[in-house]
Amino acid sequence: MYNFEFAKPATIAEAVEALAGEEAQALGGGQTLLPTMKQRLAAPATLVSLNAIPEMIGVCVNEAGEVCIGGATPHATVAREAQAQYPALAALASHIGDPAVRNRGTIGGSLANNDPSACYPAAALGSGAVIKTNTRDIPADDYFQGMFETALDEGEIITEVRFPVPQKANYQKFVQPASRFALVGVFVAKYADGVRVAVTGASSDGVFRWHEAEAALSADFSKAAIEGLAAPTGAMISDLHGSGDYRAHLVKVMTGRAVAAAS
Amino acid sequence: MTQVTMTVNGKAVSGTVEGRTLLAEFLREGLRMTGTHIGCDTSQCGACVVHVNGNAIKSCTALALDLDGASVVTIEGMANPDGSLSVIQQAFQDHHGLQCGFCTPGMVMSAAALLKENPKPTEAEVRAYLEGNICRCTGYHNIVKAIMAASGQDVSAIAAE
Repeated sequence: MYNFEFAKPATIAEAVEALAGEEAQALGGGQTLLPTMKQRLAAPATLVSLNAIPEMIGVCVNEAGEVCIGGATPHATVAREAQAQYPALAALASHIGDPAVRNRGTIGGSLANNDPSACYPAAALGSGAVIKTNTRDIPADDYFQGMFETALDEGEIITEVRFPVPQKANYQKFVQPASRFALVGVFVAKYADGVRVAVTGASSDGVFRWHEAEAALSADFSKAAIEGLAAPTGAMISDLHGSGDYRAHLVKVMTGRAVAAAS
Repeated sequence: MTQVTMTVNGKAVSGTVEGRTLLAEFLREGLRMTGTHIGCDTSQCGACVVHVNGNAIKSCTALALDLDGASVVTIEGMANPDGSLSVIQQAFQDHHGLQCGFCTPGMVMSAAALLKENPKPTEAEVRAYLEGNICRCTGYHNIVKAIMAASGQDVSAIAAE
Protein backbone atom coordinates (compact mmCIF):
# COMPACT_ATOMS: atom_id res chain seq x y z
CA MET A 1 0.00 0.00 0.00
CA TYR A 2 1.01 3.62 -0.48
CA ASN A 3 2.40 5.33 2.56
CA PHE A 4 0.44 7.90 4.59
CA GLU A 5 0.69 10.08 7.65
CA PHE A 6 -0.70 8.37 10.74
CA ALA A 7 -2.61 10.08 13.51
CA LYS A 8 -3.94 8.50 16.69
CA PRO A 9 -6.05 11.04 18.55
CA ALA A 10 -7.22 10.46 22.12
CA THR A 11 -10.51 12.38 21.93
CA ILE A 12 -13.36 12.78 19.45
CA ALA A 13 -12.56 16.49 19.12
CA GLU A 14 -8.95 15.75 18.15
CA ALA A 15 -10.11 13.12 15.67
CA VAL A 16 -12.52 15.56 14.01
CA GLU A 17 -9.69 18.07 13.73
CA ALA A 18 -7.33 15.49 12.21
CA LEU A 19 -10.00 14.38 9.72
CA ALA A 20 -10.44 17.94 8.48
CA GLY A 21 -7.09 17.65 6.69
CA GLU A 22 -6.73 17.03 2.97
CA GLU A 23 -7.53 13.42 1.97
CA ALA A 24 -7.77 12.24 5.55
CA GLN A 25 -9.57 8.98 6.24
CA ALA A 26 -10.84 7.49 9.51
CA LEU A 27 -9.50 4.04 10.47
CA GLY A 28 -11.62 1.71 12.58
CA GLY A 29 -10.37 -1.82 13.01
CA GLY A 30 -9.02 -1.77 9.48
CA GLN A 31 -10.31 -5.21 8.56
CA THR A 32 -11.75 -3.85 5.32
CA LEU A 33 -9.82 -0.61 4.85
CA LEU A 34 -6.30 -2.06 5.16
CA PRO A 35 -6.90 -4.83 2.56
CA THR A 36 -8.47 -2.15 0.32
CA MET A 37 -5.38 0.03 0.72
CA LYS A 38 -3.10 -2.93 -0.02
CA GLN A 39 -4.91 -3.28 -3.34
CA ARG A 40 -4.40 0.47 -3.87
CA LEU A 41 -8.16 0.95 -4.16
CA ALA A 42 -7.81 3.56 -1.43
CA ALA A 43 -4.80 5.79 -0.82
CA PRO A 44 -5.50 8.38 1.89
CA ALA A 45 -2.87 11.00 2.66
CA THR A 46 -3.59 10.71 6.37
CA LEU A 47 -5.07 7.83 8.31
CA VAL A 48 -6.76 8.81 11.57
CA SER A 49 -7.07 5.87 13.96
CA LEU A 50 -10.20 5.89 16.12
CA ASN A 51 -8.88 3.04 18.26
CA ALA A 52 -7.50 5.04 21.16
CA ILE A 53 -10.54 7.16 22.03
CA PRO A 54 -11.88 5.74 25.32
CA GLU A 55 -15.26 7.50 25.02
CA MET A 56 -15.91 5.56 21.78
CA ILE A 57 -15.30 2.07 23.16
CA GLY A 58 -17.70 -0.05 25.18
CA VAL A 59 -21.26 -1.29 25.60
CA CYS A 60 -23.76 0.20 28.04
CA VAL A 61 -27.48 0.65 28.60
CA ASN A 62 -28.88 4.19 28.73
CA GLU A 63 -31.80 5.60 30.73
CA ALA A 64 -34.24 4.71 27.93
CA GLY A 65 -33.14 1.08 28.14
CA GLU A 66 -31.36 1.21 24.78
CA VAL A 67 -28.11 -0.69 24.23
CA CYS A 68 -25.46 1.90 23.39
CA ILE A 69 -22.32 0.75 21.65
CA GLY A 70 -19.32 3.00 21.16
CA GLY A 71 -18.37 3.41 17.51
CA ALA A 72 -14.89 1.92 18.00
CA THR A 73 -16.10 -1.16 19.89
CA PRO A 74 -14.84 -4.44 18.38
CA HIS A 75 -17.32 -7.16 17.39
CA ALA A 76 -15.93 -9.54 20.04
CA THR A 77 -16.70 -7.01 22.78
CA VAL A 78 -20.27 -6.57 21.51
CA ALA A 79 -20.67 -10.36 21.39
CA ARG A 80 -19.65 -10.58 25.06
CA GLU A 81 -21.11 -7.44 26.58
CA ALA A 82 -24.44 -7.11 24.75
CA GLN A 83 -25.38 -10.74 25.40
CA ALA A 84 -27.47 -10.06 28.51
CA GLN A 85 -29.43 -7.09 27.11
CA TYR A 86 -29.72 -7.91 23.41
CA PRO A 87 -28.82 -11.54 22.67
CA ALA A 88 -29.76 -11.41 18.96
CA LEU A 89 -27.36 -8.51 18.44
CA ALA A 90 -24.61 -10.30 20.38
CA ALA A 91 -25.16 -13.45 18.31
CA LEU A 92 -24.88 -11.47 15.09
CA ALA A 93 -21.61 -9.89 16.28
CA SER A 94 -20.24 -13.30 17.26
CA HIS A 95 -20.55 -14.61 13.69
CA ILE A 96 -18.91 -11.78 11.74
CA GLY A 97 -15.72 -12.89 9.97
CA ASP A 98 -13.60 -15.09 12.23
CA PRO A 99 -12.39 -14.77 15.84
CA ALA A 100 -9.25 -12.74 15.02
CA VAL A 101 -11.21 -10.39 12.76
CA ARG A 102 -13.84 -9.92 15.49
CA ASN A 103 -11.16 -8.79 17.92
CA ARG A 104 -10.22 -5.94 15.59
CA GLY A 105 -13.17 -4.95 13.40
CA THR A 106 -15.53 -2.33 14.84
CA ILE A 107 -19.23 -1.54 14.62
CA GLY A 108 -18.58 2.02 13.47
CA GLY A 109 -16.23 0.81 10.76
CA SER A 110 -18.79 -1.68 9.48
CA LEU A 111 -21.62 0.85 9.42
CA ALA A 112 -19.49 3.61 7.86
CA ASN A 113 -18.39 1.23 5.09
CA ASN A 114 -21.94 -0.11 4.53
CA ASP A 115 -20.84 -3.15 2.56
CA PRO A 116 -23.96 -4.55 0.87
CA SER A 117 -23.22 -7.96 2.41
CA ALA A 118 -22.18 -6.88 5.91
CA CYS A 119 -24.11 -8.05 8.98
CA TYR A 120 -24.26 -4.92 11.18
CA PRO A 121 -26.33 -2.84 8.72
CA ALA A 122 -29.10 -5.45 9.04
CA ALA A 123 -29.03 -5.18 12.84
CA ALA A 124 -29.04 -1.38 12.79
CA LEU A 125 -31.87 -1.08 10.23
CA GLY A 126 -33.80 -4.03 11.69
CA SER A 127 -33.65 -2.50 15.16
CA GLY A 128 -34.42 1.06 14.09
CA ALA A 129 -31.14 2.04 15.70
CA VAL A 130 -29.85 5.58 15.91
CA ILE A 131 -26.39 6.27 14.51
CA LYS A 132 -24.88 8.99 16.67
CA THR A 133 -22.05 11.02 15.14
CA ASN A 134 -19.89 13.89 16.34
CA THR A 135 -22.50 16.30 14.94
CA ARG A 136 -25.96 14.65 15.00
CA ASP A 137 -28.20 11.64 15.54
CA ILE A 138 -29.14 9.79 12.32
CA PRO A 139 -32.05 7.29 12.36
CA ALA A 140 -31.10 4.04 10.62
CA ASP A 141 -33.98 4.58 8.16
CA ASP A 142 -32.19 7.71 6.88
CA TYR A 143 -28.63 6.47 7.29
CA PHE A 144 -28.27 3.70 4.68
CA GLN A 145 -28.34 5.21 1.18
CA GLY A 146 -27.22 2.40 -1.12
CA MET A 147 -24.20 0.16 -1.65
CA PHE A 148 -21.24 1.69 0.28
CA GLU A 149 -23.28 4.91 0.58
CA THR A 150 -24.37 6.46 3.87
CA ALA A 151 -25.66 9.75 5.22
CA LEU A 152 -22.24 10.50 6.73
CA ASP A 153 -20.59 13.71 5.61
CA GLU A 154 -16.89 14.04 4.90
CA GLY A 155 -14.98 13.73 8.17
CA GLU A 156 -18.07 12.77 10.21
CA ILE A 157 -17.43 10.06 12.82
CA ILE A 158 -19.82 7.43 14.19
CA THR A 159 -19.32 7.87 17.91
CA GLU A 160 -22.09 5.57 19.16
CA VAL A 161 -24.92 3.36 17.94
CA ARG A 162 -28.09 3.14 20.05
CA PHE A 163 -30.26 0.04 19.70
CA PRO A 164 -33.80 -0.06 21.12
CA VAL A 165 -34.18 -3.56 22.58
CA PRO A 166 -37.00 -5.59 20.96
CA GLN A 167 -39.30 -8.11 22.64
CA LYS A 168 -37.94 -10.82 20.34
CA ALA A 169 -35.33 -10.84 17.61
CA ASN A 170 -33.13 -13.11 15.54
CA TYR A 171 -30.60 -12.87 12.73
CA GLN A 172 -30.21 -15.61 10.16
CA LYS A 173 -27.19 -15.53 7.88
CA PHE A 174 -26.76 -17.72 4.84
CA VAL A 175 -22.98 -17.64 4.71
CA GLN A 176 -21.01 -17.22 1.52
CA PRO A 177 -18.42 -19.81 2.58
CA ALA A 178 -15.32 -18.24 1.05
CA SER A 179 -15.78 -14.72 2.41
CA ARG A 180 -18.03 -15.46 5.41
CA PHE A 181 -20.07 -12.42 4.47
CA ALA A 182 -23.81 -12.91 4.15
CA LEU A 183 -24.96 -14.25 0.81
CA VAL A 184 -28.27 -13.27 2.37
CA GLY A 185 -28.82 -12.21 5.97
CA VAL A 186 -32.17 -11.32 7.54
CA PHE A 187 -32.63 -9.56 10.87
CA VAL A 188 -36.14 -9.78 12.33
CA ALA A 189 -37.10 -7.75 15.42
CA LYS A 190 -40.49 -7.63 17.13
CA TYR A 191 -41.26 -4.39 18.97
CA ALA A 192 -44.42 -3.36 20.81
CA ASP A 193 -45.35 -1.12 17.86
CA GLY A 194 -44.59 -3.61 15.09
CA VAL A 195 -42.08 -5.90 13.45
CA ARG A 196 -39.03 -4.82 11.46
CA VAL A 197 -37.36 -7.03 8.85
CA ALA A 198 -33.99 -5.92 7.44
CA VAL A 199 -32.21 -7.76 4.65
CA THR A 200 -28.50 -7.66 3.83
CA GLY A 201 -26.48 -9.39 1.11
CA ALA A 202 -29.34 -9.56 -1.37
CA SER A 203 -29.75 -6.15 -2.99
CA SER A 204 -27.35 -4.04 -5.01
CA ASP A 205 -28.94 -1.09 -3.20
CA GLY A 206 -27.51 -2.46 0.06
CA VAL A 207 -29.48 -3.26 3.19
CA PHE A 208 -33.26 -2.80 2.88
CA ARG A 209 -36.50 -3.36 4.83
CA TRP A 210 -38.91 -5.97 3.51
CA HIS A 211 -42.11 -4.03 4.19
CA GLU A 212 -44.58 -6.74 3.05
CA ALA A 213 -43.11 -9.18 5.55
CA GLU A 214 -43.13 -6.53 8.27
CA ALA A 215 -46.86 -5.94 7.75
CA ALA A 216 -47.67 -9.65 7.73
CA LEU A 217 -45.53 -10.36 10.81
CA SER A 218 -46.88 -7.36 12.72
CA ALA A 219 -50.36 -8.89 12.35
CA ASP A 220 -49.22 -12.45 13.10
CA PHE A 221 -45.68 -13.14 14.29
CA SER A 222 -45.35 -16.64 12.88
CA LYS A 223 -43.55 -18.34 10.05
CA ALA A 224 -46.93 -19.15 8.50
CA ALA A 225 -47.72 -15.43 8.17
CA ILE A 226 -45.16 -14.94 5.40
CA GLU A 227 -45.68 -18.20 3.55
CA GLY A 228 -48.17 -16.65 1.11
CA LEU A 229 -45.92 -13.66 0.32
CA ALA A 230 -44.04 -13.35 -2.96
CA ALA A 231 -40.28 -13.10 -2.50
CA PRO A 232 -39.12 -9.47 -2.52
CA THR A 233 -38.32 -7.93 -5.88
CA GLY A 234 -35.86 -5.19 -6.64
CA ALA A 235 -32.24 -4.87 -7.66
CA MET A 236 -31.13 -8.27 -6.40
CA ILE A 237 -27.41 -9.03 -6.67
CA SER A 238 -26.62 -11.68 -9.28
CA ASP A 239 -23.13 -13.16 -9.28
CA LEU A 240 -21.34 -16.49 -9.48
CA HIS A 241 -22.42 -17.28 -5.91
CA GLY A 242 -26.13 -17.00 -6.64
CA SER A 243 -28.62 -15.47 -9.05
CA GLY A 244 -30.97 -12.66 -8.11
CA ASP A 245 -33.91 -15.06 -8.04
CA TYR A 246 -31.98 -17.39 -5.75
CA ARG A 247 -31.17 -14.56 -3.38
CA ALA A 248 -34.80 -13.36 -3.39
CA HIS A 249 -35.90 -16.88 -2.53
CA LEU A 250 -33.33 -17.04 0.26
CA VAL A 251 -34.68 -13.80 1.75
CA LYS A 252 -38.02 -15.48 2.35
CA VAL A 253 -36.44 -18.68 3.67
CA MET A 254 -34.12 -16.83 6.06
CA THR A 255 -36.96 -14.56 7.24
CA GLY A 256 -39.00 -17.64 8.11
CA ARG A 257 -36.09 -19.16 9.98
CA ALA A 258 -35.47 -15.92 11.88
CA VAL A 259 -39.12 -15.71 12.94
CA ALA A 260 -39.08 -19.34 14.06
CA ALA A 261 -35.86 -18.83 16.04
CA ALA A 262 -36.69 -15.40 17.49
CA SER A 263 -36.44 -15.19 21.25
CA MET B 1 9.41 7.45 9.91
CA THR B 2 8.06 7.32 13.44
CA GLN B 3 9.20 5.64 16.61
CA VAL B 4 7.05 2.75 17.83
CA THR B 5 7.38 1.04 21.20
CA MET B 6 5.66 -2.10 22.39
CA THR B 7 6.14 -5.10 24.60
CA VAL B 8 6.79 -8.30 22.65
CA ASN B 9 6.87 -11.56 24.57
CA GLY B 10 7.48 -9.63 27.77
CA LYS B 11 10.38 -7.54 26.48
CA ALA B 12 10.20 -3.82 25.70
CA VAL B 13 11.09 -3.25 22.05
CA SER B 14 11.11 -0.23 19.81
CA GLY B 15 11.84 0.61 16.21
CA THR B 16 11.28 3.15 13.50
CA VAL B 17 8.45 2.45 11.10
CA GLU B 18 6.43 4.06 8.32
CA GLY B 19 2.72 4.72 8.69
CA ARG B 20 1.98 1.76 6.45
CA THR B 21 4.20 -0.73 8.31
CA LEU B 22 2.06 -3.69 9.36
CA LEU B 23 2.52 -5.36 12.72
CA ALA B 24 3.58 -8.54 10.88
CA GLU B 25 6.24 -6.59 9.00
CA PHE B 26 7.50 -4.88 12.15
CA LEU B 27 7.82 -8.26 13.88
CA ARG B 28 9.50 -10.02 10.96
CA GLU B 29 11.64 -7.30 9.43
CA GLY B 30 12.04 -4.83 12.27
CA LEU B 31 12.58 -7.31 15.09
CA ARG B 32 13.74 -10.26 12.96
CA MET B 33 11.18 -12.48 14.66
CA THR B 34 10.20 -14.60 11.68
CA GLY B 35 8.03 -17.10 13.52
CA THR B 36 4.96 -15.05 12.61
CA HIS B 37 4.23 -16.00 9.01
CA ILE B 38 2.62 -13.97 6.25
CA GLY B 39 0.60 -16.30 4.06
CA CYS B 40 -2.15 -14.57 2.13
CA ASP B 41 -1.57 -10.98 3.33
CA THR B 42 -5.33 -10.44 3.01
CA SER B 43 -6.45 -11.58 6.50
CA GLN B 44 -7.90 -14.83 5.17
CA CYS B 45 -5.36 -17.49 6.18
CA GLY B 46 -4.42 -16.78 9.79
CA ALA B 47 -0.71 -17.71 9.53
CA CYS B 48 0.07 -14.28 11.04
CA VAL B 49 -2.12 -14.56 14.15
CA VAL B 50 -0.54 -13.06 17.28
CA HIS B 51 -2.01 -11.92 20.57
CA VAL B 52 -2.35 -8.19 21.21
CA ASN B 53 -3.32 -7.21 24.74
CA GLY B 54 -4.53 -10.77 25.22
CA ASN B 55 -6.64 -11.03 22.05
CA ALA B 56 -5.82 -12.97 18.88
CA ILE B 57 -5.58 -10.73 15.83
CA LYS B 58 -4.23 -11.01 12.29
CA SER B 59 -0.97 -9.10 12.35
CA CYS B 60 -1.02 -8.61 8.55
CA THR B 61 -4.12 -6.45 8.97
CA ALA B 62 -3.05 -4.14 11.78
CA LEU B 63 -0.68 -1.19 11.65
CA ALA B 64 2.36 -1.21 13.92
CA LEU B 65 1.78 2.44 14.84
CA ASP B 66 -1.84 1.73 15.77
CA LEU B 67 -0.50 -0.74 18.34
CA ASP B 68 2.05 1.59 19.90
CA GLY B 69 2.27 0.69 23.59
CA ALA B 70 0.53 -2.67 23.15
CA SER B 71 1.59 -5.97 24.66
CA VAL B 72 2.17 -8.54 21.91
CA VAL B 73 2.74 -12.29 22.22
CA THR B 74 4.04 -14.20 19.21
CA ILE B 75 4.83 -17.85 18.59
CA GLU B 76 8.36 -17.14 19.87
CA GLY B 77 6.80 -16.40 23.26
CA MET B 78 4.85 -19.64 23.52
CA ALA B 79 7.53 -22.07 24.73
CA ASN B 80 8.05 -22.63 28.45
CA PRO B 81 10.73 -20.50 30.15
CA ASP B 82 13.17 -23.44 30.07
CA GLY B 83 12.79 -23.67 26.30
CA SER B 84 10.67 -26.81 26.29
CA LEU B 85 7.52 -26.84 24.20
CA SER B 86 4.30 -25.55 25.73
CA VAL B 87 1.42 -27.96 26.21
CA ILE B 88 -0.22 -26.85 22.96
CA GLN B 89 3.01 -27.03 20.95
CA GLN B 90 3.80 -30.46 22.38
CA ALA B 91 0.32 -31.68 21.49
CA PHE B 92 0.79 -30.53 17.89
CA GLN B 93 3.98 -32.61 17.80
CA ASP B 94 2.47 -35.64 19.56
CA HIS B 95 -0.61 -35.74 17.32
CA HIS B 96 1.12 -34.76 14.10
CA GLY B 97 -0.88 -31.54 13.89
CA LEU B 98 1.32 -30.17 11.11
CA GLN B 99 2.88 -31.22 7.88
CA CYS B 100 4.66 -28.36 6.09
CA GLY B 101 4.37 -26.18 9.19
CA PHE B 102 3.61 -22.90 7.47
CA CYS B 103 0.24 -22.36 9.14
CA THR B 104 1.41 -23.74 12.48
CA PRO B 105 2.37 -20.48 14.24
CA GLY B 106 -1.09 -19.07 13.58
CA MET B 107 -2.77 -22.35 14.49
CA VAL B 108 -0.95 -22.47 17.83
CA MET B 109 -1.76 -18.84 18.62
CA SER B 110 -5.43 -19.32 17.75
CA ALA B 111 -5.53 -22.53 19.78
CA ALA B 112 -4.06 -20.70 22.79
CA ALA B 113 -6.66 -17.95 22.44
CA LEU B 114 -9.46 -20.51 22.21
CA LEU B 115 -8.33 -22.49 25.26
CA LYS B 116 -8.01 -19.30 27.28
CA GLU B 117 -11.70 -18.44 26.76
CA ASN B 118 -12.98 -22.02 26.52
CA PRO B 119 -10.73 -24.48 28.39
CA LYS B 120 -12.68 -27.62 27.36
CA PRO B 121 -14.01 -26.99 23.86
CA THR B 122 -15.98 -29.56 21.92
CA GLU B 123 -14.66 -30.71 18.57
CA ALA B 124 -17.28 -28.55 16.85
CA GLU B 125 -16.18 -25.52 18.86
CA VAL B 126 -12.54 -26.09 17.91
CA ARG B 127 -13.44 -26.35 14.24
CA ALA B 128 -15.60 -23.23 14.41
CA TYR B 129 -12.86 -21.25 16.16
CA LEU B 130 -10.32 -22.19 13.48
CA GLU B 131 -12.45 -20.84 10.64
CA GLY B 132 -9.96 -18.02 10.13
CA ASN B 133 -6.92 -20.32 10.05
CA ILE B 134 -6.30 -22.18 6.83
CA CYS B 135 -4.11 -25.28 6.52
CA ARG B 136 -3.60 -26.80 3.08
CA CYS B 137 -1.81 -29.96 4.28
CA THR B 138 -3.54 -31.73 7.12
CA GLY B 139 -7.25 -31.51 6.43
CA TYR B 140 -7.40 -30.11 9.99
CA HIS B 141 -8.07 -33.49 11.55
CA ASN B 142 -4.87 -33.76 13.57
CA ILE B 143 -4.84 -30.06 14.36
CA VAL B 144 -8.27 -30.38 15.97
CA LYS B 145 -7.12 -33.53 17.73
CA ALA B 146 -3.99 -31.80 19.06
CA ILE B 147 -6.02 -28.89 20.44
CA MET B 148 -8.50 -31.26 22.08
CA ALA B 149 -5.58 -33.16 23.62
CA ALA B 150 -3.94 -29.92 24.80
CA SER B 151 -7.18 -29.11 26.63
CA GLY B 152 -6.72 -32.31 28.62
CA GLN B 153 -9.53 -34.21 26.94
CA ASP B 154 -9.37 -37.83 25.88
CA VAL B 155 -8.83 -37.96 22.12
CA SER B 156 -8.55 -41.72 21.72
CA ALA B 157 -12.03 -41.70 20.13
CA ILE B 158 -10.87 -39.17 17.55
CA ALA B 159 -8.81 -41.75 15.69
CA ALA B 160 -7.15 -40.79 12.44
CA GLU B 161 -9.61 -41.56 9.69
